[in-house]
Amino acid sequence: MTELQIDKPARTTRVTGVGRLLIVVYGVLALAATGRSFVQIATKFDQAELAYTLSALAAMVYILATVALIGSGGSWYRLAWVTIGFEMLGVLVIGTLSLVDPALFPHDTVWSVYGRGYLFIPLVLPVLGMWWLTRHHPVMRTIPEVPGG
Amino acid sequence: MIEWFTGLQLGIAVAGGVLCVILGLRGRIPTDLTMGVTALVELLLIVQLAVALAAPLAGNRATGSLLEFYVYLISALLLPPAAGFWALVERNRWSTVILGVVCLSVAVMIFRMQQIWTVQGM
Repeated sequence: MTELQIDKPARTTRVTGVGRLLIVVYGVLALAATGRSFVQIATKFDQAELAYTLSALAAMVYILATVALIGSGGSWYRLAWVTIGFEMLGVLVIGTLSLVDPALFPHDTVWSVYGRGYLFIPLVLPVLGMWWLTRHHPVMRTIPEVPGG
Repeated sequence: MIEWFTGLQLGIAVAGGVLCVILGLRGRIPTDLTMGVTALVELLLIVQLAVALAAPLAGNRATGSLLEFYVYLISALLLPPAAGFWALVERNRWSTVILGVVCLSVAVMIFRMQQIWTVQGM
């Protein structure tokens, strides 16, 4: 009952159209990063504590971002911005550091060399995510929706 | 892992993924073809799981981390059902693209699994 009432007036979710593709790619990346981070921490955490802690942090942020993109409403929207912004910052800072001073990150993190180990998806995805978020601000939904938007 | 089987699986996942992405971008909703391809990718993953469990008994052991191998394999196994479920819930072109993206992700994971199994010390 309550679900119906929420759904009926307007589709307040971002889970439509090409946005769903974005969410799926985020989900896959979150899954891959979590799995890899789990293996790193379970088997060789003492070899590179900083790198593997970063991997775990990145994995959690990817999960949060995926959930935030699925969720509707202003607070999820803000969380999506925060998590995606954090990823953008992470991939740029760690990516640059790993090139400038490879000794800092002898072991791979998801963000090393701008996400090379993940086909550069960690670099491209936050840009697409932010573009998507600017196009789908929660306030815009009070205006009648553009078909196919 | 059995090399020819892994190669076959990789080929089907890539070809099926590209097919789904192209059909999806051209506006097709999920069909028996694209759903079938995704189901086939899942089926082959299940066979791969059986192979991975049985192969060490025949002396075909992983040279890399077995834990990492199974994390990839189980992650890969989760993807096609999730995408297929989504395609059943919301039938539009993007669901077809998602089927394709998932097949391609599975292909990347199979490639990594092959590396872990065969390349010493990866």
